[in-house]
Amino acid sequence: MKVTVDEDKCCGAGSCVLAAPDVFDQRDEDGVVVLLDAEPAEHLHAAVREAAGVCPASAIALGEGA
Amino acid sequence: MTAAPDVLVVGASAAGLATAEALRRKGHTGGLTLLGDEPHPPYDRPPLSKQVLAGTWQPERARLRTPELLDGLGATFVLGDPAVSLDPVARTVRTASGTVLRADVVVLATGVRPRVLPDQAGLAGVHVLRTLDDAAALRAALLTGGRLVVVGDGVLGAEVAATACGLGLDVTLAGPQRAPLEARLGSLVSGVLADLHRERGVRLRLGAAVAGLAGRDGRVTGVRLDTGEVLPADVVVVALGAIPNTGWLAGSGLRLDDGVVCDARCRAADGIYAAGDVARWHHEGLGGLLRLENRTNATEQAVAVADDILGAGRPYAPVPYFWTDQFDARVQVHGVLAPGASVSVVDGDVAVRRFVALYERDGEAVGVLGWNMPRQARALRQRLLGQLRDFAGSHVEPGKVEEAGFRRAPRSRTDFSEGQR
Repeated sequence: MKVTVDEDKCCGAGSCVLAAPDVFDQRDEDGVVVLLDAEPAEHLHAAVREAAGVCPASAIALGEGA
Repeated sequence: MTAAPDVLVVGASAAGLATAEALRRKGHTGGLTLLGDEPHPPYDRPPLSKQVLAGTWQPERARLRTPELLDGLGATFVLGDPAVSLDPVARTVRTASGTVLRADVVVLATGVRPRVLPDQAGLAGVHVLRTLDDAAALRAALLTGGRLVVVGDGVLGAEVAATACGLGLDVTLAGPQRAPLEARLGSLVSGVLADLHRERGVRLRLGAAVAGLAGRDGRVTGVRLDTGEVLPADVVVVALGAIPNTGWLAGSGLRLDDGVVCDARCRAADGIYAAGDVARWHHEGLGGLLRLENRTNATEQAVAVADDILGAGRPYAPVPYFWTDQFDARVQVHGVLAPGASVSVVDGDVAVRRFVALYERDGEAVGVLGWNMPRQARALRQRLLGQLRDFAGSHVEPGKVEEAGFRRAPRSRTDFSEGQR
C-alpha cells in the first residue's frame, strides 16, 4: 500500500489521526496532515483505509493494491 | 437475507458515495446502485462557499473522486433522476423518469435543500448556495460586482460574506444575532469573528430579522429588515438554513420529523437506513434524536450504515465535529457547545487569534473549539473524549439534553417502530 496526501485539500479535521495515529499526524501551525509512513505495514492497512474513507476533504489517496 | 444483498443508495453526494465506498472497502460483493438527482458526479460541498466561489479552484476540483475511482467502485450510477417515492416493504424506489429500482437494502441519503424567503421566487439577483450549479451562478453574479447582502448570520452566510469580501464586493451581512454564529459558538468566539469581519470590510447589520426582499422590474433591489430599514442590494444570498429532503418519502410510512427518524443504528425501518444531513437518528450517548448537517457526519454516518448492512453494526454515537474557514480563520468545533456553557481559553491567545477554547457545563467538558489551532484542538478532544461520553451518558436528564440543543428522545422504543409495516 502506498499512501499519498494532498496538503492543499486537507482541511485539518484530524479524522485521519483519530483513525490511524501511527500513519498520520498534523502540522503544529496549521493542522495540515503529516504523513508519517507512506508505506505502512499490513497490520495498519485497515486503519489507513478507514482514515482515507472518513477524511472529510478526500485528501488521502491509496495506491498499489490498496 | 442472502449473503450478498443488493444495496440501493438514494443520494449521490458525500454520504451516498461514502456509503458505497465503505461497503466495498468492507467487502460487500452484492449489487450497488447510486441514484442522484443532480447530473454531476459526486462532489464536495464545503469548497463551494470558499475555493469554488472565490475561483481559486475550478469546479472540477470539488469532485470527490476521479472517474477511474468511481469506475473501480463497481456501482451503477443513475444521475440526474430524482427519487419520487419509496415503498419500504418492497424496497423499491420510483424515480422522476418513471424508473423503478429494487434492492434488498435502501439507504436514504437525500440531504437537505436551502430554506428560502417567501418572496424570493421570480426575483433575479437572489441566490442560494447548495449545489455546484448554485455556486457557478452566484460566482458569475459576484463577478459583476456591486452591493451584496447576505441574509443569514450562520456558517454559510458568514463564509459567503468572507469570500465575497475577498472578491472586492461591497458586502453586508444581515441576521438576527448579535454576532455571526453567536448561537453556535457563544458570545466570546462570535465576538472575535465579528471583529474579524468588520476589520476586513464586511458591514455587519446584525440584531434585526429580515422581513423580506425589495425589488423592481423583477430584479432585487434590497433587503427589508423588520425595523423598516432597507439594505440596498444588487445581489442577495439567502443563507437561512436548510430543510431535509424528505418530501418524496411522504406516504412511505417512515417516520419523518425534521429528517428521517432512525434508531441508534441509523435504521428507519427493516432494511431501510438513512445517512448524512437527512438522517435524524437516536444518539445513544446524548440520549436523544440528533440530525447533523456537517461534512464529517456525512462520511462517518455512512461508515456506520455500511457496517450495519454488513452485520458489524454498533450504535452510531460520534462526537459531533464541524469546521468553518473565514478569511484567515479556521474554526473547528468538537463536541457540543451547549448554550450557556462556560468558555475558557486553555491554549494560545485570543488577542493573536490563535487559541483553543474549552466549553464546560456544570463543571464538565462538553466541547472544544480551536481557532487556527487544529492540532491542539483535536488533541484536547481526544483527552476529553471520555468526559464527553460521560456528559452524554445516562446521568444526563432529557431536559438537560434539550437545553444542550438536542431534541428529546422518543418516549419509548416502541416509538421507533411507528410507521413500520
